Amino acid sequence: MSAVRTVLTLAGLTLREAARRKVLRSLAVLTVLLLALSAWGFSRLDAEFGGLTSGEARLAASTVLNLVMFGFSLIAALGTAFLAGPTLSGEVESGTALAMLARPVRRSTVLVGKWLGLVAFGGAFVTLAGLAQFVVVQVTVGYWPPQPVTGLALLAAQTAVLLTLGLLLSTVISPMASGVVAVGLFGATWIAGVVGGIGDALGNEGVARVGAVSRMLLPTDGLWRGAMNAFQDPSLLTQFAPELGGSPFFSEAPLTVTYLGWAVLWVVVVLGLAGLAFSRRDL
Amino acid sequence: MTAPTAGSTTATAQRLLADLPPSPAVWCEGLRKRYGRRTAVDGVSFTVGRGEVLGLLGPNGAGKTSVIKMLLGLVRPDAGEVLLLGRPARDPQSRARVGYLPELFRYQPWLSAAEVLTLHVRLSGAAVPASEQRDVLGLVGLGERAGDRVGGFSKGMQQRLGLAVALVARPELVVLDEPTSALDPLGRVDVRDLVLSLKERGVAVLLNSHLIGEVERVCDRVVILDRGRVAAAGTLAELLGSRELRLRLDGVDARAEARLAATGRLTRSGNWFTVTLAEDEESAVPALVADLVALGVGVHAVEPGRISLEERLLAVLREGSGAPS
Ligand SMILES: Nc1ncnc2c1ncn2[C@@H]1O[C@H](COP(=O)(O)OP(=O)(O)OP(=O)(O)O)[C@@H](O)[C@H]1O
Ligand SMILES: [Mg+2]
Repeated sequence: MSAVRTVLTLAGLTLREAARRKVLRSLAVLTVLLLALSAWGFSRLDAEFGGLTSGEARLAASTVLNLVMFGFSLIAALGTAFLAGPTLSGEVESGTALAMLARPVRRSTVLVGKWLGLVAFGGAFVTLAGLAQFVVVQVTVGYWPPQPVTGLALLAAQTAVLLTLGLLLSTVISPMASGVVAVGLFGATWIAGVVGGIGDALGNEGVARVGAVSRMLLPTDGLWRGAMNAFQDPSLLTQFAPELGGSPFFSEAPLTVTYLGWAVLWVVVVLGLAGLAFSRRDL
Repeated sequence: MTAPTAGSTTATAQRLLADLPPSPAVWCEGLRKRYGRRTAVDGVSFTVGRGEVLGLLGPNGAGKTSVIKMLLGLVRPDAGEVLLLGRPARDPQSRARVGYLPELFRYQPWLSAAEVLTLHVRLSGAAVPASEQRDVLGLVGLGERAGDRVGGFSKGMQQRLGLAVALVARPELVVLDEPTSALDPLGRVDVRDLVLSLKERGVAVLLNSHLIGEVERVCDRVVILDRGRVAAAGTLAELLGSRELRLRLDGVDARAEARLAATGRLTRSGNWFTVTLAEDEESAVPALVADLVALGVGVHAVEPGRISLEERLLAVLREGSGAPS
C-alpha cells in the first residue's frame, strides 16, 4: 500500500521535474521544428508527384513518414535518456537523494516510481508528436497510416526500453556518461539493424545475423521496425518487396508476439538489475 | 488451559510489554565500514535513549558521517547491527519516525520550499496538515519564502530548509549532521533552541557538530570518535568530571595555603590560586571562603570553573595519537 503511494509520488515528482526543467522546452522546440520541416517536405512531395496515385508517390510518402517518425523516436530517445541519467545519479551526486532515501522507502520502489514517471513522459511525448505528424501527412498528401495506435504504442515501448537502459547505466556511471552511452547503444543497434537488412537483401546469413542478434540484445531497433511496419502502406510490400529489402526505412514484417514478450522481459530484467545496483550502492 | 486463560495471558503479556521501558531511539553495535583499503569505521557501538540528546564529536575524517549514514541505511555496513526506535534498520519502516539533515544538504531546486516539505511528508507516510507544514517553515525562519523555488535559495536558507525537512514529519528521532555549518550566528542560536525544545518534547537527537560550545550546551551525552573508533563516551559530567575554583587572593600565608590545599589539588600563578574540586563539592566553597577571610586573606575574586569540553576533546584526541612510537 505504502509502496504504491511511494511509486506514484515519485512518478509525479519525475513528471513535475520534466515539466519544470528545460527538457520540455527543448523537446517542444525540436518537435515543432521537425513538424514544420516535414510539412514543407510533404507538400513538395505532393507537388512533385501531383497526388498520391502512383505507386512511387505512395512509396515516397511512406518512406518519408518513417524517416520523420525516426526523427521523433530519436528526439524521444535523447530526451528521456538525458532525463533518466541525471534523475538518479545526478541526485546521488548532488546529495538530493540523501534526504529522500532516509525516508521509510525502499530504493527499488523509488526507482520504479522514477521509471514510471519517465515512461509516462516519453510515451506522452511520442504519442503527441506522432499524432501531430500524422495530421501533417494527412493534410499535405492525404495519407493516413494503417495502424496508428499499434505504431505509436511500439514507439512508446521503444522509448521505455531505452530509458530503462539509461536508468541502469545511471546507477553505475555518471549522469552525462549514462545518457551518452544509452544514446550511443541506441544508434549502434539501429546501424546493426540496417546492416542486417542489407545482409538479408543480399542473402548473406552472416551479415543478416548481426541485425538479429543486436535486436535481441537491445530491443529498440526491433520495436522501431515493428512501428514502421504499422505506419507504412501494406500494398507497398507486394509491389516493391524486392527493391526495398535493404532500406532502413521500410519494414517487411510486423512484430511477433514472441519478440514483444522478449522486449517486456528485457525491460523487467534490466529494471530489476538497476534496482539491485541502486540498492547496494553507498550514498 | 481454556480460552479465557489464554486471552488473559496475552493481555498480561501486552501489559508487560507496555510497561517495559521503550526501546532506545538508536542502538548500534559493532559497526564497521571500509572504503577500499581505508577503514572508515571500526567497531562503533552506542545508544541514544528516547528523548536524549547525544553529541557526536571527532576530527575531520573520524567517521562521524559514515556512522550516521549507516544508521539510516544510506551506506551498507560491512558488519554490525542497528536498531532504530526498536526496529532493525534493514526494515525501511524503522525510519518512519526519523528526521535527517544530511551534511550535504540539497533539495529539488525546481520545487518550492513548501513543495519539498509536502514531498517528504508524503514519503514518510505521516498525515501532517499543510498548516503544520507552514509552521515548521516558520520555525526555521523560512515562513516568508514558502512559495519560492529552492534553486534560488542561499546556502544557509537551504540548510534551514533541511532542518524543516528533518522536523516536519513528527519525528521521534532527529539526526543532524553539522546542522549549523552554513548558518549565521542567529541561526546557530535558533538551532540550539530547536534542539532544546525537541528534548523537552521527548524527541531524541543525534547531533554531529564541530562547534563544541553548541554540543556542550545542549547534549546530555557525548561520543567522541577518532579514526573510526569510539575514543571516549559518557555524560558531560562523566567526561568533564572535576570542577575547579579560581580565586584571586592576597595575604596568603602558610596556614591559608594549607586550608586551600585541604579542599583540593592547588596550583598558583601570581595572585591567582586554582583549586580542583572533586565532583559535587561545590558546597565546600562558602566554608572555604569564610575560613580564608577568618585567616585574614583578602578575597578579590572567586570564579567557579570547569574543564571545557574543548579541552577534554583535545586531550582525548592527543592521547589517541600522541603516544610517540
Ligand atoms: N564514499 C566514500 N568513498 C571513499 N572513502 C570515503 C567515502 N566516504 C567516507 N570516506 C572515508 O571515510 C572516512 C570517514 O569519513 P566521514 O565522512 O565519515 O568523516 P567525518 O567524521 O564525517 O568527517 P568531517 O568532520 O570532515 O565531516 C574518511 O577517511 C573518508 O575519506
Ligand atoms: Mg562528516
